[in-house]
This record gives sequence, C-alpha cells and structure tokens, in this order.
Amino acid sequence: MSDVAIKHDEHRDDLGAKLGMWLFIFTELLLFGGLFLVYAVYRDIYAEDFHLGALQLNVTLGTLNTVVLLISSMTVAMSITAIQRGNKKLSMQLVLLTVLLACVFLVNKYFEWGAKFEHDLYPGSDLVLQFKRGSIIFFGLYFFMTGLHMFHVVIGMVVLMVMWFKLKNTTINKDDNVLLENGGLYWHLVDLIWIFLFPLLYLVT
Amino acid sequence: MSNHKAEHQHITDYWVYGLILVILLALTFITVYMVHLELAAWSVAIALGIASVKATIVLAYFMHLKFDNMLFKILVVAVVMLFVSFILLTFADYLYR
Amino acid sequence: MTTIPYKSYLEPQGKYTGLLDWLTSTDHKRIGLMYMYAIGIFFIIGVLLGLLMRIELFKPGETIMGPQTYNGIFTVHGVIMIFMVVIPGLSAVFGNLFMPIQIGAKDVAFPKLNLLSWYIFMAGAILAVLSQFTGNGPPDTGWTFYAPYSTQTGTNVLMAVTAAFVLGFSSILTGLNFIVTIHRMRAPGMTWFKMPLFPWALYSTAWIQLLATPIVGITLLMLIAERVFKIGFFDPALGGDPILFQHLFWIYSHPAVYVMILPAMGVITEIIPTFCQRRIFGYKAIALSSIAIAGVGYLVWGHHMYTSGMSFTARWIFSFLTFIVAVPSAIKVFNWVATMYKGSIALKTPFLYALAFIFLFMIGGLTGLSLGSLATDVYVHDTAYVVAHFHYIIFGGMGFAFFAALHYWFPKMYGKMYNQKIADIAWLILFFGFNMLYFPQFVLGLQGLPRRYYDYMPQFETGEVLSTIGGFVLFIGIIMMITNLIIAARNGPQAPDNPWGGKTLEWTIPSPPPMENFDTPPVVSKEPYDYE
Repeated sequence: MSDVAIKHDEHRDDLGAKLGMWLFIFTELLLFGGLFLVYAVYRDIYAEDFHLGALQLNVTLGTLNTVVLLISSMTVAMSITAIQRGNKKLSMQLVLLTVLLACVFLVNKYFEWGAKFEHDLYPGSDLVLQFKRGSIIFFGLYFFMTGLHMFHVVIGMVVLMVMWFKLKNTTINKDDNVLLENGGLYWHLVDLIWIFLFPLLYLVT
Repeated sequence: MSNHKAEHQHITDYWVYGLILVILLALTFITVYMVHLELAAWSVAIALGIASVKATIVLAYFMHLKFDNMLFKILVVAVVMLFVSFILLTFADYLYR
Repeated sequence: MTTIPYKSYLEPQGKYTGLLDWLTSTDHKRIGLMYMYAIGIFFIIGVLLGLLMRIELFKPGETIMGPQTYNGIFTVHGVIMIFMVVIPGLSAVFGNLFMPIQIGAKDVAFPKLNLLSWYIFMAGAILAVLSQFTGNGPPDTGWTFYAPYSTQTGTNVLMAVTAAFVLGFSSILTGLNFIVTIHRMRAPGMTWFKMPLFPWALYSTAWIQLLATPIVGITLLMLIAERVFKIGFFDPALGGDPILFQHLFWIYSHPAVYVMILPAMGVITEIIPTFCQRRIFGYKAIALSSIAIAGVGYLVWGHHMYTSGMSFTARWIFSFLTFIVAVPSAIKVFNWVATMYKGSIALKTPFLYALAFIFLFMIGGLTGLSLGSLATDVYVHDTAYVVAHFHYIIFGGMGFAFFAALHYWFPKMYGKMYNQKIADIAWLILFFGFNMLYFPQFVLGLQGLPRRYYDYMPQFETGEVLSTIGGFVLFIGIIMMITNLIIAARNGPQAPDNPWGGKTLEWTIPSPPPMENFDTPPVVSKEPYDYE
C-alpha cells in the first residue's frame, strides 16, 4: 500500500530522463570512439593497404544505405513533432516507417556482406590471410565496425517497436513524450555513427 | 527545481526536418563525388570535415541540441574534446616512433 | 531520541518476505548493502588468494604451488580485487547508501536501473569466478590481459574478459545514475557549492566511470573478436600492434585508479571535519580538485607504458602530465591537515582509519611520482616496487578509506554501535600488518626483485619472509575487524542518531534511516560543514 503512495508521489523529471539518455549516448559514442582510434592508428600505418581495401567495397550500396539512414533519422524526428501536436496516428506511422527503413538498411547490408563472403573476403578466410597485413586489418575493421553498427541498428529497431506500442496504448502522448524523444535520440546516434563510418570505410583514398 | 515537466517544449516544424534532410543528402553526394576528384592527401580531410558538418547538423536539429538545455551542449563539446585528446595523445606515440 | 515510531529500511517492505524482499527492492540503501555483502565476500576470496601467494613466496623455490598455478592465482586475485572490489567498492556501496541522503533526496534518479546494475554486477562477478573453474584452467595473463599473449594462451581468458566487460557495464550504469541524481535531485537550497564533498567526489568519479569504461569495453570486445574470428587487431602476424592494446587498456584503466581513489578521498573529507569539529578548510579547492583529478586523470595513461617501446615524445608528455595530476591530490592532503589544525580532535576509530589513509596514501602517492619520472621508472619497472606502490594506493588508500567509511557510517546503517575498543585494536593490527606486508616490497623492488614470479633468488628471502608474516598479521586484523562489526550488527547496543556530531544531512535522520529517508523534504540553507 505504501508502494502505491510512492508511485503517486514520484515526480516526473523530463530533463533528468533526457540527461540520462544523453549520458548513455556518450558511452556509445566513446565505445565507437575507441574503434575510430584503432582505425586512425592503422590507417596511419597502412595508408596504402587501406586505400586498396576501400576499393573492394561497394560504394553504391554504401551510399544507398547512408541515404536510407538519413531519411529514417528524419522520419523519427518528425514522429516527435507529430505526437507533440497530438497527432497520434501520424506519429505511429512515422515510427513504423523508420523501422521499415531500418529493415531496408539491413537487407542492403545482407547483400553487401553476402557478396564479400562469396568472394572469400572475411576475417580469417584463407584468401584474406594471404593478403598484406594492412589489408587483413582493413577487412577485420570493416567487418567489426559495420557489424557492431548493425547490432546497434537491430537494438534501435527493438527500441522503436517498443515506442510504437507505447504510442499505441498512449503511454506516450501529447503531454508526456520524453520517452519517444529518448528513443529518437538513440536512433539518431545510430545515424551519427554511420555518418563517420561511411566515408572512413568506403571512401578512403 | 520545482516543476520539471513541460519545460517550454520546442516543437520543430516538419518542413525544417525536410530541409535538413535535403542538406544532409546534398553533403553526402558531395563527399562521394569528391572521391573521384583524386585530391590525394586532402580527400580524407575533406571527407572527415564534411562528416563533421553533417554530424553537427544531426546533433543540432534532429537531436534537438539547438533548442535544449545549455548543459547538454557543454557536455557534448566536453566529450568531443576528451575524445580528441585521446587521439592526440595516442598519436604523440605513433607519429614520433 | 527515536521515540517516534517509523519503519526503517531494514524492516520488511513489500509483498515479498525474506531474501526476495531484498532482491526486488529498489531502495538505494538496500542496494548499497547488497553491494556491500557481495563485495565483502569477493574481498575475502581475494585476500585468501593473496595469502596463498604469500605462502608460496615464503621460501625460495616451489613451496605450495607451481608456476602455472601461481600465474592463475595472481591473475584472479587481480581481476577480483580490481573489477569486483575496489572499482565498485566505495561508490556502489557508500555512494548508494549515503549520497542520496547527503543531497537530501529520496532515492537515486533511476531506482530500477540501480537494481539492474546490481544484477549485472553479480552476473559479471559470477562469470569471473566461474572462469576459475571451467575451460582449460584459470586465465594466466594478469588482470591487464595484455595482447598478444592473451589472444594466444589456451587458458580461460575469454570468460574472464567477458566478465570484465559485463562488470564495466554495471559500472557505467551506476555512474550514469549518480550524475543524473546529483544534477536533478538535490534538495531545495542545496546549490552545487553547498553540497557535501563526498557527493562531489562521487560526481567526478561517475564521469570517469561513464566516459572511460566504454573504451575498455570496446577493447575487450576486440580481444574477444581476435580470439573468436581471427581479426588481428593486436597480433603482429596479422598486422596488429600489441602496444595499441596497452594504449586502449590504460586509457580506461588509469582513470579507473581514480574511480578507486576519488570516493576514498571523499570519505576522508567527510570524516576529518566531523572528528575535528571544525569547518573543512578549502571547501571549493577540495571540490574542484576532484574534478581536476578526474579531468587530468584521463590524460596520463601512458605512464604505464614507458618501457613498452612507445615514442620518446609520448613518454615525456605523459610524464609531464603525471606530475600535474599530483597537484590536485596534494591540494586535498594539505586541506585535510589544515582542517585538523586547532580542531578539537576526537581519536575515534573512523578518524584513526582516516589518519592511516593519509599516511599510506602519501607513501603510495610519492612513490607514484618516482614511477612517473622516466629514468627511475625504467629501473624499477615490473619489480616488486610497483607492486608495493599500487598496494599502498589501492589497499592503503581505497581499502583503508572503505574501512573508515564502514566505521563512520556503521551506526547509521544498522542503528547499532560496535565495540570501539576492539575496533581500535583491529585498526592497529591492520596498520602494522599492512606496512609489514608491503613496505619490504619497496626495498625488494629496488634490489631488483621482479614481480609475478613464483620463485626468487635466495638474497631476497629476508624481505619475502617479513612480507609474508605481515600478510598474516594483516589477515588477523581483517578478521578481527569484520567479526567485531558482524557481532555489533546482530546484537550491538542501540546507536544514537548522531554519534559523532556530524553536520551533513544523514545525521539529521534516525538510525537506521526510514524507508524514504526524510519525513519532509529537507530545505538547505547552510554550508555542509557548519561547525563553530
């Protein structure tokens, strides 16, 4: 019974919730930051091999995925505007659209990775192990970085689906939508990381 | 610390997001195009520069930093600076070996 | 004093009874105690492993174990003590127990997340302990998991690394929770500079936990990827650079030292004004030096790598920064001593531990500077001198501060008082045992005794024997202290609400604290250490 009393008393702190989300985003940024540091060091050591490695990657698919992620970032941002204006239906549709775009990203990635595996270009394959050392590192980094990013895309999709259900049962509504904002922040983080991954992996020359 | 809810919520118009997307897409295509120009040493700097601009735009508009509490802006800058100092100190090793 | 009936946090709360009532509780005080019990058990395991090493080193040659067992034992001793005892120690236990009360809050900002951190911590801890008994023998890399050996040894490194990764996650969540709590939950009137100094220290610590831990997270993930998928991040044969592993590892693990010592300094800063009944000297300097230590502490990791083959430029830069980080630490020490000056000092147990802290921390800190200078480091690198140095910091510093905090807040935590005479005797034994255990290792190190070997040359025997005897004295002190506290928690006499005459908010509420800490939310108008 005292439990109920606490619940009622619990004050809502939107700014605190958002601060918590930003702090979490910082940890994610530094997680990838560590990887970017590794990338920078090896790129410095093996500039030539990284150039040759990048030529093996499919720039068209990479660009397409960049476009997809940017659009999805916009749709999730718009979904917040929609709910803030009380348009629940539009907000839900925009969240769903974001998830669909994330699926498109994953399908693209599937074909991209699939092609690499077909050509025996994966870490530890007999072919890659015969490469120069810089190229071995490049493909290692390519798979590890895009793989970890993909993992975040999947988590982001789960987060967005949770948002969709919360919109549906009006846990997230016109007056209380910090949860959706936080979910959106996570999705933008996924976009933010890709903004750097794309030129570093596909366009280094 | 009395009332935290509904702190003058800033609602961004749809068209602003649309415009931001157009700018981001344009920057993306510029980066891809730049690669074919064979600017050698400069290409990485340009690619990273454009990526940083894109990231700033995403942070400011999509992630609402522009309209949010000052605290968040300070923290984001501090975190970026921390990361840059990690890079610089590590390269104090690798560049002078 | 406690005539008004109230329900303390120790009494059954919710729909469950017994253990389940605790395991489902999101009360910050209960979570703090749960951390304490878990960490206490791990600490004892770590101590026993340490004693096994001391027994092995009692005589030259093989005494009770061979080299492989010894490698496993010092690795697991390190992993347990670092990741499961000292890193979470003060912030997870006393931070959880008292930080919200000290800032006048009902709980932390995200109570459920707080409970989740405890479960993640336990999951990581169980993995770490399991790594001992499963696979092909305990990991033998040392707690630093240096590549490329850690990517090649056949022992159970993978599980231990995963454990460290999981424990890091718990640490991040605690840090996140504390930052938001301190930003958003301070009582009305408590401005930043009216906040007690323990929360200040925790705030700085939380930023390190938050921003440094992800780096070791990704490093450990890369290590796992290297072992599982043959991505040669750190393997020279595949193009990797083992020194890069050291960079990444210490980018986290050096700031982690400050995760251990900053809250310890915070505890000491609480204890000294209370037992001198005097306003803290240099409040702002102490508060800001915590932030300064946290900030500069990020930038000194390279001093662990002077002999690794790092460039000379990097070496002198890191050495320079290392000397800078000593400045804010010294500021704190001077302020503590200045606070005592002309105070009416009460030599109670917590204060004795605080004094021991200052003494041991000074030795640890100053020997740290001799390690931070390039020339002397080359001479004593990887010797027993280093072992002595970091035990003085970690055990003499953080460990003694933990004991100080335990004796300081014990009456508040349980509402019972311990036998102060026995506590004082235990302190004396601990202090003697500690110095006898570790001081000879400075000398041995200077004489050239390398660390991490199960065997040694006969000329080191005197020092090693002294050290081992010291280890047993220390162990007796620990057992005596813990027994005394357990007896007190069970049947000790009732403790008053404010046995030491403290001024911070936790002393204004009953012992043990009520479930929601404060009947009416406190309004703060005065400085935290308002004596005189």
